[in-house]
Amino acid sequence: MAETVKTGMPNVQATLLGADELILNMGPQHPSTHGVLRVKLRLDGERVTGSECIIGYLHRGVEKIAEHRTYQQFAPYVDRMDYVAAVSNGLGYCEAVEKLLGAEAPPRARVIRTILTELQRIASHLLWLGTHALDIGALTPLFYCFREREEILKIFEKYCGARLTTHAFRIGGLQYEAYDTLEKDVERFCKDFERRIVDYEDLLTQNRIWVGRTRNIGVLSAADAVALGATGPVLRASGVKWDIRKAMPYAAYDQYKFEIPTGKAGDTYDRYLVRVEEMRQSRLICLQAIENIPSGPIMARVGKVLKPPPGEVYHAIEAPKGELGYYVISDGTVQPYRVRIRPPSFVNLQAFDKMVRGHLVADVVAIIGTLDIVLGEVDR
Amino acid sequence: MIHATLEFLRTYAGPLIAAVVIVAVLPLIAGYVVLLERKVMAHFQVRLGPMRVGPHGLLQPIADALKLLIKEDIIPENADVWIFWIAPVTSVTAAMLAMGALAFGPAFQVAKDINIGLLFVVGVSSLGIFGIVLGGWASNSHYSLLGALRSAAQLVSYETAAGMALVSGLLFAGTLQITDIVKAQASEHLWFVCFAPVSFFIYLVASIAETNRAPFDMPEAESELVAGYMTEFSGFRWALYFLAEYANMVVVASVATTLFLGGWLRPFSGLGGPAGTALDLFPVLILLALAGYCGYRAPKQPVRVQQLVMFGVAGLCALFALVLAAPLFVGALAGAKAGIHGAFWFFLKVSAYIYLFMWLRFTLPRYRFDQLMRLGWHFLIPLSIVNVMLLGLAIVLSSQYGVNRALAIGVMNLITLLFALYLVSVEKGREDRKAAQTADQVTDSYAG
Repeated sequence: MAETVKTGMPNVQATLLGADELILNMGPQHPSTHGVLRVKLRLDGERVTGSECIIGYLHRGVEKIAEHRTYQQFAPYVDRMDYVAAVSNGLGYCEAVEKLLGAEAPPRARVIRTILTELQRIASHLLWLGTHALDIGALTPLFYCFREREEILKIFEKYCGARLTTHAFRIGGLQYEAYDTLEKDVERFCKDFERRIVDYEDLLTQNRIWVGRTRNIGVLSAADAVALGATGPVLRASGVKWDIRKAMPYAAYDQYKFEIPTGKAGDTYDRYLVRVEEMRQSRLICLQAIENIPSGPIMARVGKVLKPPPGEVYHAIEAPKGELGYYVISDGTVQPYRVRIRPPSFVNLQAFDKMVRGHLVADVVAIIGTLDIVLGEVDR
Repeated sequence: MIHATLEFLRTYAGPLIAAVVIVAVLPLIAGYVVLLERKVMAHFQVRLGPMRVGPHGLLQPIADALKLLIKEDIIPENADVWIFWIAPVTSVTAAMLAMGALAFGPAFQVAKDINIGLLFVVGVSSLGIFGIVLGGWASNSHYSLLGALRSAAQLVSYETAAGMALVSGLLFAGTLQITDIVKAQASEHLWFVCFAPVSFFIYLVASIAETNRAPFDMPEAESELVAGYMTEFSGFRWALYFLAEYANMVVVASVATTLFLGGWLRPFSGLGGPAGTALDLFPVLILLALAGYCGYRAPKQPVRVQQLVMFGVAGLCALFALVLAAPLFVGALAGAKAGIHGAFWFFLKVSAYIYLFMWLRFTLPRYRFDQLMRLGWHFLIPLSIVNVMLLGLAIVLSSQYGVNRALAIGVMNLITLLFALYLVSVEKGREDRKAAQTADQVTDSYAG
């Protein structure tokens, strides 16, 4: 990729001096490549003329593992892809297999799934906000974000005993009944969180340095975003109103009112605004959901041994980072014939080179941050 | 020969001892500034910070220094060994040399009364940049090189603005000699920050940039360049850079205090009577309060050693309070009052200035390199030049043509502010045009 990069206008001074382009290798061990992403940058001074993302440092062969596990056994593995949004991963996989089985989770399970998934979206966006701000040099928001994320993780812990890789859902519904004070905990968090978002916005939204660092950085036009297959906040910030929660409702999303925030410019600042607004919307969804959790069973009758009929299914959900799709093929045995995962981070990362051309080294960091990638998911 | 040496020692014994004290004490001060920074940062960020070594982490700097001293000394294989060796030493030497000329009160100055005092401090402290550039170059790493380049460009840009800001302060002092600058402020009964607020602001911004502190910490921007010029340095060499950085902070804070904040003068230094006495008692009372609080907290420390250290701190505070109180109440020691109280106020002001640095660091995101340069060249430098000229005009008008001095200075500062607003609007127009340009570019993502 990097070999075919055109540098645009030749730098006259550099040519006269016989200066070469500088090739800077960022990562895989670098404080702000968010894991083990390695980026090879071609620099003219500090200006980026080309880039190449080298991935695979965290490849664990998740898709291959799936072929040697039963459907239930594979479920915890998907938590380890986007490990900051494990609940969402689990939801996508469980629903995909349920679709394959022709089963449907009972209403109570669906509502609880929605609550936990939206909390996970907030947690994921909080982690993004903190680290993104840290990349741009604002040290303090990180700790505020983690303080609130901690509250969410505590709710997960109370629900299923795990905080990060939760394996919260089962194929066919839920294993655990909601604990007694779930509604109260969620309500308290939501009440508190309204004020907290204002705090983050006070620190950043109107801050001249923040705006200067993010506006017009990494611009992705709507056409580009669609062409590159970007999804999630990256797509919506470019002005495309596409959200799978609305377009192809799953879980219990068709019951709740919420807005799809979109941006205009498709720059880093808009992506920031979109994600902050998404946290607000998720909070509203949680509040609506806890008002009326239907009673009834939490597990559909799917049987102990899952043997889906031969066939294939694609099921996508709106994970915090974009469209998370599972393409599952069954050959009628207890193990899937093939599981192909469409990870949003991996696809969104394709936009990186387009966004970073012509910017400075400092912006590279901002752009990696704004894409909100998790390498566990990119490499799988 | 021996006679000459003795003669030399007799003449310069005082400064030499003071110099040794600076070399010995400065690392300690820098270490505690670091601890303070970590504590302040922690409290900004709803956490505790260092708590383990000593009560509330009070001995953490010593533990850190020990750790750094006994670390393995690594020199990268392709590094230029000699330059790699000498670069951190250059940085730290420059910082310490600059300290030497500062006056921490009427009684504490190493090189007594250099008549070019301020010029010497500014000049020598800028030498520290050689350490950074050479260190970045010698380590033979791209990150280090980029960090060093940024640092050099940044210092050159901001030194100009800082120098101009200092000049406009010096216009009122009429001297470069550090003690005389403070005396001039004493005779005016006003700090120069009241005469030249814009200059103070420019110096504040420029000094943050010069010491490579956030939001201008480009050279070591952690999230971009790993650690900038320090990337390849470890152990004691790294500690030297760190020491130089914090020493430089103390130097710029001291310069600002001396020139703009009245040096070692008490607030309302002209004020006598009961109000003046009350202000004189302030240092004593605040230290007594601190001692009392430490004494109150000491029994609550979990470990016996920590209790003892805490009592020690309380005792130290009480001792300082006693030292500060002595000249006020004992007639025989009244002569020492200026020196002792001066040192207290000086340190208080320097601390406040450094606290401001920290506050900004934990609140603001980082500027991008080109934005930083634009701020320097398009805003600070023109503003500082106009500011100097206008303040000079005000002084000429009042001394030659009999215009009311306060009025002239006030009007000129107002004009400078208007000019600043003009510069901001020009910059905004430029940004808007640039944004419009980028918006016009249409790309076809399906091509190729």
